[in-house]
Amino acid sequence: MMMRQRILLVPAAMLIAVGFLLGGCKSPTSSTSQSTGNDIIVGEYGSLTGPQATFGKSTDNAIQLAAQQLNAAGGINGRQVKVVTQDDMSQANNAALAVQNLIDQQHAIAILGEVASSCSEAGGRVCQEKGIPMVSPSSTNPAVTEIGNDIFRVCFIDPFQAAVVARFAHDGLGATRVAVFTNTDQDYSTGFSKNFIAAFTKMGGTIVIQKSYGGSDTDFRGSLTAIAQAKPQAILIPGYYQDVASIAKQARALGITCPLLGGDGWDSPDLIKIGGSALNNCYFSDHLAIDDPTPAVAKFVAAYKAKYGQTPDSLAALGYDSANLLFAAMKAAKSLTPSDIRDAIAATKNFPGITGNITINAQRNADKPAVIIKIVNGQFTKFMSISNPDLPLQPKAS
Amino acid sequence: MNAFQILLQQTVNGVQIGSVYALIAVGYTMVYGVLKFINFAHGDVYMVGAYTGFFTVTAILASHAPALQGACALILAMVACSMLGLFIERLAYRPLRNGIQASDAPAWALFWSMYITLFLGGWLVNRSVLPPALVYIATFVVSVAVMFLVMRRLFAALSRRLKPSTDRLSALITAIGVSLLLENQGAASFGVTPRAAQIRGVNGGKDLVLPTFVAGHIKLSVGVGQIVVLAAALLLTAVLVYTVRFTAIGRSIRAVSLDRDAAALMGIPTDRIIAITFLIGSALAGAAGMLNHMLTGIPFDSNIGIALGLKAFVAAVLGGIGSIEGAVLGALLMGIAETFTSGSAFSPFKDAVAFVILIVVLLFKPTGLMGRYAPEKV
Repeated sequence: MMMRQRILLVPAAMLIAVGFLLGGCKSPTSSTSQSTGNDIIVGEYGSLTGPQATFGKSTDNAIQLAAQQLNAAGGINGRQVKVVTQDDMSQANNAALAVQNLIDQQHAIAILGEVASSCSEAGGRVCQEKGIPMVSPSSTNPAVTEIGNDIFRVCFIDPFQAAVVARFAHDGLGATRVAVFTNTDQDYSTGFSKNFIAAFTKMGGTIVIQKSYGGSDTDFRGSLTAIAQAKPQAILIPGYYQDVASIAKQARALGITCPLLGGDGWDSPDLIKIGGSALNNCYFSDHLAIDDPTPAVAKFVAAYKAKYGQTPDSLAALGYDSANLLFAAMKAAKSLTPSDIRDAIAATKNFPGITGNITINAQRNADKPAVIIKIVNGQFTKFMSISNPDLPLQPKAS
Repeated sequence: MNAFQILLQQTVNGVQIGSVYALIAVGYTMVYGVLKFINFAHGDVYMVGAYTGFFTVTAILASHAPALQGACALILAMVACSMLGLFIERLAYRPLRNGIQASDAPAWALFWSMYITLFLGGWLVNRSVLPPALVYIATFVVSVAVMFLVMRRLFAALSRRLKPSTDRLSALITAIGVSLLLENQGAASFGVTPRAAQIRGVNGGKDLVLPTFVAGHIKLSVGVGQIVVLAAALLLTAVLVYTVRFTAIGRSIRAVSLDRDAAALMGIPTDRIIAITFLIGSALAGAAGMLNHMLTGIPFDSNIGIALGLKAFVAAVLGGIGSIEGAVLGALLMGIAETFTSGSAFSPFKDAVAFVILIVVLLFKPTGLMGRYAPEKV
């Protein structure tokens, strides 16, 4: 018995020896955090990982860029702003936890986020409950700002966006027969479909078939075969890029050649990376065309490229606008208490954002035109801009 | 498209997705056959197969010929998953079944050493000037040695006190635990951002062509990837059926599944046969993961096994759990039912329909379509 125990001691001693050997060589480094006592903490939650990861990453990049520019220009009343980011893995329940943590542990006085409406709703409820103002860069479902008077956004809402797509399908494409394929697990997708159908039928169009899929589905051929049979002139797929790319591929493999339509949920480089040429000659509505030649956009694109080495998408532009609008409101606020910041955000008029001039309306939303993006050989190109979907479009000279 | 053509096209769609279910379902049914419990970690083995295929195609063989990529990815996925299946059986199920013994020490030492290496190694790397790879390897080797000796002594001592668990429920709960471990370890190791890759050339070098079969005025759209998935799935199932029916190992598997104690008395090494069953089932699940994702480019993440595993499990029950042919039949039925429902006006109830079919079949034939009536032996 003693013998065996002694055998055991040898490797244990070896382990300890190796540990000391390796450990003794270098002393631990401790230069991670500077003093943050005087910094203003702004919380940000986003989908840095998960199915909507590219949204969260480009939004976060742009927000950090805005904070860096603000701090270089002297911060807010001489105080530096620190944006603390939390990943919610594209899941609504994690979004609520992330916001809770940002407010309770990090002591954020204002919150930025999310892109996906389901996550913004979950996070927004926490903000409203705790009386902390939240600005969503790009959640378009109306329910997000309906949570309460602390929740704002700097983008248009789905009824508008869906009506724009309906107007484009009807006038721009000349389509009268459209199929709708909805993700029933996303508030964004169901709301978009509902509003599109209402707007499109009001214009005199017909919805030839409606199909739906769930969040965990990967095989869409059953529904797509039925859609092909209905012979639509266009298919509305108001989902996020990952599903859309798969659906587009399977649709093309089944011989469906009509254009596919969508909303700002499509705006990601991964759409083309996964979907490839299946998405050529498809259209989606968006907040901004990055190839827009206005100086404000060009300046932002140049600064973003210099910092991150890649072209921003429109979600980055909205992230940038949301951060700058919040910073401007913080400067204008009587004091840096959450309620004063909230009042300053609500009073925002004609803020010069890169996605257009932003006025926060009584419903705490932003009124702005939408652009239609066409996918040409894997490139997103601006096709047209629509500001009032209630009016018929002028026929485009071609 | 006329009605007959729709019918045919939906059948083709259904058979293809059904063949993927079949590859997973046979694993459920085989393990149930020999151990009489549901290995809920099986769906996650599928996930590991998909990731193995992904890394083979995108990293190891990124610029090689598509056929070589496909073949290597398939073999690697099957090998990796059969190893994983064996490891899970040695780590979790055998100690539970036979009571913990000194011979379980290697698997446990390996398991804990992975985490020890991860954390202790990571801690040491920051504090040493040696190359990180060397530090990790050294930590791993030392840790395996120490853990092996510790575990062997511990298990030898415990084996005298602990009785094997005869309760099938504890095996079931262990399986759920292994499943959660794999899903979360998958998320930690591979990230939660979905991955997608497609072997170039399965569609003739372009990323899109429309291969259609035309016979008279019937036109069918079937991708090359789909055909390969279907052909590979059918081939693997045929090999499996042949193995189980006509080889010595297959006879042993059938004997263990009929009566484990009697088989042991006849000189069949039951533990080894059970391990082989896990190996075969896991290899097929790995093949399913690689085929379904690398040939069609469907995005996946570490939770992909949950939904697919559940459906394959239902397919196995539908066909009669314990019967391989039944699992294949059930899987094809499930796939076809699913595509027809999603093509009908009831598309939101796609998943519900599969379960309704299951309930109806079980009401009239409680052992499933091809299951045998097995009275409880008293």
